[in-house]
Amino acid sequence: MSAAPHQFLGRAREAVKSRSRAPLWALLFESIVRGITGVVLVALLYIVMTIVWHGAPRLDWEFISQAPRNAMMEGGVFPAIFGTVFVVLFMIVMALPLGVFGAVYMVEYAKGGTFSRITRAAVNNLAGVPSIVFGLFGLGFFILFIGKNLDHYAFDIPRNEAEAKVWEQRVAPQVKAARDEAVRLADEKSLHGGDRGAFIRDYVSGHAPVMHKKVFGQGAMFWAAATLAILVLPVIIVSTEEALRSVPRSMREAAYGLGATKWQVVSTVVLPQARTGILTGAILAVARGAGELAPILLVGVAFSMPGLPLTEPVNFGFFKMPVVNPFSEFMHLNYHIYTMATQQTNPELSRPIQFATTLVLLMITLAMNLGAILLRRHYSRK
Amino acid sequence: MAARGLRESAEFRATSAALRARLRRPVSLFFRLKERVIEWFLLACGMLSAIAVALIFFFLFKEGIVALRMVPLSQFISTLSDVTKYDPVEDVTTVVGQQRDFIWQPVSETPKFSVVPLMWGSFGIALISAFISTLCGVGIGIYLSEIATRRTRDIIKPMLEVLVGIPTVVIGFFMLAVIAEPIRALASGGVFSWLHIPFYNRSLNMFVGALGVSFVIIPVIASLVDDALRAVPNDLRAASLAVGATRWQTTWRVTLPAAVSGVFAALILGFGRALGETMIVMMCAGNAPVIHLNPFEPVRTMTASIASEMGAAQYGGLHAHVLFLVGALLVTMTFLLNVVVEIVINKYRKRIRL
Amino acid sequence: MADATARSPNEADSAPYYVELRRLNFFYGEKQAIYDVSLGVPKNRVLALIGPSGCGKSTLIKAVNRISELTPGTRTEGDILVGGESILAANVNTIELRQRVGMVFQKPNPFPKSIYENVAYGLRIHGVRDKATLDGVVEWALRHSALWDEVKDRLKASALDLSGGQQQRLCIARALAVQPDVLLMDEPCSALDPIATGKIEDLIQTLREDYTILIVTHNMQQAARVSDHTALMWMGKLIEHNRTEEVFTNPREKITEDYITGRSG
Ligand SMILES: Nc1ncnc2c1ncn2[C@@H]1O[C@H](COP(=O)(O)OP(=O)(O)O)[C@@H](O)[C@H]1O
Ligand SMILES: [Mg+2]
Repeated sequence: MSAAPHQFLGRAREAVKSRSRAPLWALLFESIVRGITGVVLVALLYIVMTIVWHGAPRLDWEFISQAPRNAMMEGGVFPAIFGTVFVVLFMIVMALPLGVFGAVYMVEYAKGGTFSRITRAAVNNLAGVPSIVFGLFGLGFFILFIGKNLDHYAFDIPRNEAEAKVWEQRVAPQVKAARDEAVRLADEKSLHGGDRGAFIRDYVSGHAPVMHKKVFGQGAMFWAAATLAILVLPVIIVSTEEALRSVPRSMREAAYGLGATKWQVVSTVVLPQARTGILTGAILAVARGAGELAPILLVGVAFSMPGLPLTEPVNFGFFKMPVVNPFSEFMHLNYHIYTMATQQTNPELSRPIQFATTLVLLMITLAMNLGAILLRRHYSRK
Repeated sequence: MAARGLRESAEFRATSAALRARLRRPVSLFFRLKERVIEWFLLACGMLSAIAVALIFFFLFKEGIVALRMVPLSQFISTLSDVTKYDPVEDVTTVVGQQRDFIWQPVSETPKFSVVPLMWGSFGIALISAFISTLCGVGIGIYLSEIATRRTRDIIKPMLEVLVGIPTVVIGFFMLAVIAEPIRALASGGVFSWLHIPFYNRSLNMFVGALGVSFVIIPVIASLVDDALRAVPNDLRAASLAVGATRWQTTWRVTLPAAVSGVFAALILGFGRALGETMIVMMCAGNAPVIHLNPFEPVRTMTASIASEMGAAQYGGLHAHVLFLVGALLVTMTFLLNVVVEIVINKYRKRIRL
Repeated sequence: MADATARSPNEADSAPYYVELRRLNFFYGEKQAIYDVSLGVPKNRVLALIGPSGCGKSTLIKAVNRISELTPGTRTEGDILVGGESILAANVNTIELRQRVGMVFQKPNPFPKSIYENVAYGLRIHGVRDKATLDGVVEWALRHSALWDEVKDRLKASALDLSGGQQQRLCIARALAVQPDVLLMDEPCSALDPIATGKIEDLIQTLREDYTILIVTHNMQQAARVSDHTALMWMGKLIEHNRTEEVFTNPREKITEDYITGRSG
């Protein structure tokens, strides 16, 4: 272009002036864009307000601290809160170190190259995998593959029909011996008719070898947490990477210049300075994990349980107390809402409970998201 | 100088010599080994994402392929069934011909596994919600990057992040309990009764599902579009404004075209998310695996099918394997969408570098 | 010994080089930043590297403790000797090397830790744990970098609360604490005000009695004040290397003359 600078200046001045008499369609464009933004924000507020409005009346200490009673129509949602909290707790304990160390390798060790490209693509892909697919994976990998094999090798539980046949053949002599013994005893006691049949059945089931109950090869809090851990891995990796990259190069140089090894630089200089960013990522991951249902739907969530998923009391020396049993099924706030709202014959009856449960879930996740936003704002100012 | 005094003091001399000797000791083998072991450990963690992706594909296909061995591939598209005619006089049923059906009927005497109705549901919902959220998301993205002042931006961005943080079950529940029925009443009666919309009969349908999904996609698209637009250098805008273009013209003719691949990537990513959304469509889309051209009829998506049927399906049975196959199909589709995004973004990076 | 031929540029001062570069070439990927540079500095002398911005001074000085390797895709050709031993040889451990060859950077870069922890950092990473040694060395290093009197009452305060000049002296103390022989200083005063600069220049005068120093500067007066020898770089090449008075009063090259009289660069 050959226009001299003063021509541009003149036109720019004109443009500024003409803003006051902007053409109609330009105004229209701006109002449409503003309008859309307004509508979405109002919708967001409306969602939150509605849930608060309908949920708050039912929400009290009893609702938070009690188990449901009377076919879920009374009492509270404590077991669901308990399950939600412990699942995300197990999840973050697994995902945080793996994600952070993975990101450390990507940022500090593998600079550029094929490894970085593949990993970058994998992280992006993992972030785009539909959440229900994680559920299928949790079922197919953790439960049907790892769990089943663990059960097989630890408790001799057959993995398939062929192994079941082998197991039956192996115990057949013992079963036969028990039966013979039962018949002998029945003869001795001269039992007849139904009594005799019942006695033999009881005796055999009491004395023949029985198959161990499944321990690992079924839905469990631990598998749900592992599934969610993979789901939130990209969240943690991406925010850790960002945090690591925000540590100035001069800090690394200072440490290297003193003769620090790579790991010393990372562990004593880079990670401590990145910790706020990593913490933000961890909080976001927890919020995300607490807000997902599809991935855990197939790996151990239960609608109702007789009690909390606890073990028998464990002896700690001074005192005895039960601990959380990670290989138990669990209740979950999301599942509670889902089943109450869709699987009941008349969901309208329990609407207040549904709203209150939703409010509890919303408060937990929004509090964490807000915390993460504030934290990020705080450290990006610095 | 004080420094020299200290340096020359005999005491320091002694400790300094010892310290020097100590520091100059060659790095021990143990120390080097430790560094190595840590690096291997970190490498293992770094490979985890790639391993996870590989395992996901492997186990979904491993379980899904079994279904292909049990049922021929063509059956997953359509089934041929006999058209019968009942003669009341003779009291006999005769086969008069055959017809091609697209039926998903996994639990029946003769189970039918056509994924076409599920794909219809999935793509219908994804397209409608992609349309809604493109309009809204691009609008918000333009507002944030081109119009909003810093202060409004600082308020609206966190609000969108809050929207991202709302669990999908909450949105599903909200649509189901608060929105669905009023919309139906509005469309089929009430104020619009004079319109006589005859096709809006069910409160839970494809449209409501898509509307709910939009809530999840809008913030994703909005923030990606915002990023893409903000990556456009400011001189471009200044140049356009300087030649007398209005803000609208600048955005439409200069900024958006410059950011087109970023915006495009955002839309594809949004579409992929919509395709994979589960809870909202399960709760609000009616959950009926049928093909209706009418978008106000209930549908069932691939995701909803997996989520709602797997619990009842017998592990190791045909139905379960078919659901794994549906999952494999789903993850393959989102994978391909991701590849497209990757390609588009890479192209975009190159263009920016020029 | 072949090294014996490498003498300092001052004929009167016939000490052999303690740090020596031999036909050094340095590449950032395809781009060559240093062309065939040979120069050196004897023990307990100060060599000033001067030259216009972008001529490769930082690159050169960073090659001496192999900090330059941290940038991916770099390549070094030729040889660098410290105390007569090649530091580019395969069996050289960079950790040991960087302990012997300390570095002070252009911008003060203290860690966001306490003053005490900054100085103690180098010792801690090399496995020194006992408090008495740490305390002693911290005090010694702070005295030796002329900072002790200013900070002795607030060793636990954050290093980031210090002024720019104090931060830079803290970085020097931090480098001294690990007992190096050689100090590399990359424009250590460019981010400081004149008073702070004066203090650091005084400090360099004291330090030269114990250390061999390579200092990069684009301030001619500074080079004249603090250094024994001066080397002028130009677009990655060594133009002139001589005793400082010679370079400033009697330059051999036209480029040098133009540069020191401010006609270019
Ligand atoms: N990390 C790098 N990658 C590529 N080129 C670099 C890098 N650092 C410096 N350079 C180039 O090497 C040359 C010398 O730079 P530098 O040593 O920083 O100069 P000086 O310190 O004398 O100002 C410059 O042309 C610069 O562009
Ligand atoms: Mg420099």
